[in-house]
Amino acid sequence: MSSPAGITRATLLKDLRLEWRSKDAINSMLFFSLLVVVVFSFSFDPSAEESRQIAGGLIWVAFLFAAVVALNQTWAREIRNQVLDAYRVSPAPANSLFLAKTLGNFIFVGVLEALMTPLFIIFYRLRSLGPIWQLGLVAVLGTWALVVNGTFFAAMSLRTRSREIMLPLLLFPISIPALLAMVQATTAVLVGEGARFWIVLLVTYDLVFTTVCLLLFETVLNAE
Amino acid sequence: MTENSPVVSVTNLIKQFGRFAALRGVTAEFSGGKIYAILGDNGAGKTTLLRTLAGLSQPSSGAVTILGAKKFHDICQHVGYMAHPSLLYDEMSAMENLRYFARLYGISGGGISSGTRCGEVIRAVGLDPDLVRPVGQYSQGMKQRMSLARALLNDPKVLLLDEPFSNVDVHSANEMVQLLARIRDDGKTIFIVTHQAALLEKVADEFVWMEYGEIVERTRELKVESKA
Repeated sequence: MSSPAGITRATLLKDLRLEWRSKDAINSMLFFSLLVVVVFSFSFDPSAEESRQIAGGLIWVAFLFAAVVALNQTWAREIRNQVLDAYRVSPAPANSLFLAKTLGNFIFVGVLEALMTPLFIIFYRLRSLGPIWQLGLVAVLGTWALVVNGTFFAAMSLRTRSREIMLPLLLFPISIPALLAMVQATTAVLVGEGARFWIVLLVTYDLVFTTVCLLLFETVLNAE
Repeated sequence: MTENSPVVSVTNLIKQFGRFAALRGVTAEFSGGKIYAILGDNGAGKTTLLRTLAGLSQPSSGAVTILGAKKFHDICQHVGYMAHPSLLYDEMSAMENLRYFARLYGISGGGISSGTRCGEVIRAVGLDPDLVRPVGQYSQGMKQRMSLARALLNDPKVLLLDEPFSNVDVHSANEMVQLLARIRDDGKTIFIVTHQAALLEKVADEFVWMEYGEIVERTRELKVESKA
């Protein structure tokens, strides 16, 4: 039997290949977040100092909403032709599938962030007063917080009739602590204050929720 | 497990969906190297029985034993499952699909050379392993064959097929029947849920009749009224 890591790798590569061919998730996410940037930039005309105060919130809310698009797509592919059943009848461990999907979403949302962040910087005339590497750290930890829960709850809402609505309903409330930490940490770095507390909170959140999701995913996958 | 022990046995299998009982205490034994055609009206419990054997559906009570094992992880290596939908990624080619599923079973060597398992099963179902177009562009008959190829990938001892002939033309269906007969002759045990019982008249070893979640009859011959 293949190792769990080998199955995770094969599933991740398969998902990347499917996304490369269809570009369903990336296109929808890019279009959505581009709209958010443009609409917000027309709605507000902040000074450089005001931008630093509000940019953290704007950026993360845009990424959160855009991520939901990718998260819904992740499992939509698996229920088309009931392909998920082919995975379930195999001896492959459930957590390999979960990790592959989470890593895939992490890559998709990461690509989105890499493309959209320069636009945010231009539209809002952003210049960080704190160390840039801390923003990078917040981005990695925050994105993982969004996708690990998002992948789990997207799987949970897979068999519900209105799963596109169910996912935000389940995901947003549980993401509030992470979202708060992401916004506060980003703002703190941008205005040149210490973000240590919020980064530690994000690390803790990621560890707790990754562990819980890994423990519960097999039950979710096999639920009827 | 002795030579004469049943390959598959189910004991007092009950499956409830809320207040609806899809299986009502099914008890049966099935010996190896045979084709069992599972017949019955819609809602008789055929697909639920098959999904329970495949481990996709957990019984509310009762037990499934396959090759002497009861735990899913001991059973799944020896079972192949083909559902009514294709269980394939439409955007990937036949080989890409099979290479991925081969990894799930720990089968190495997913190349298209004749010695590899993926190429073997694709040829076995009468398709060309070099076909590069995505499975989504296949005809329904080709999809069904590919679906069967996926189910055969792990060289299962027990093959569970749900409506393998639906939406397939008569010629292709007959070819699939002959292929299944050859697989049976290799010693595999095959369960086929179908509404097209007449197709299996010459090759099935036993016809298992289900009604309201129970096995009501097992016959060697196809009943006359079912041939129409």
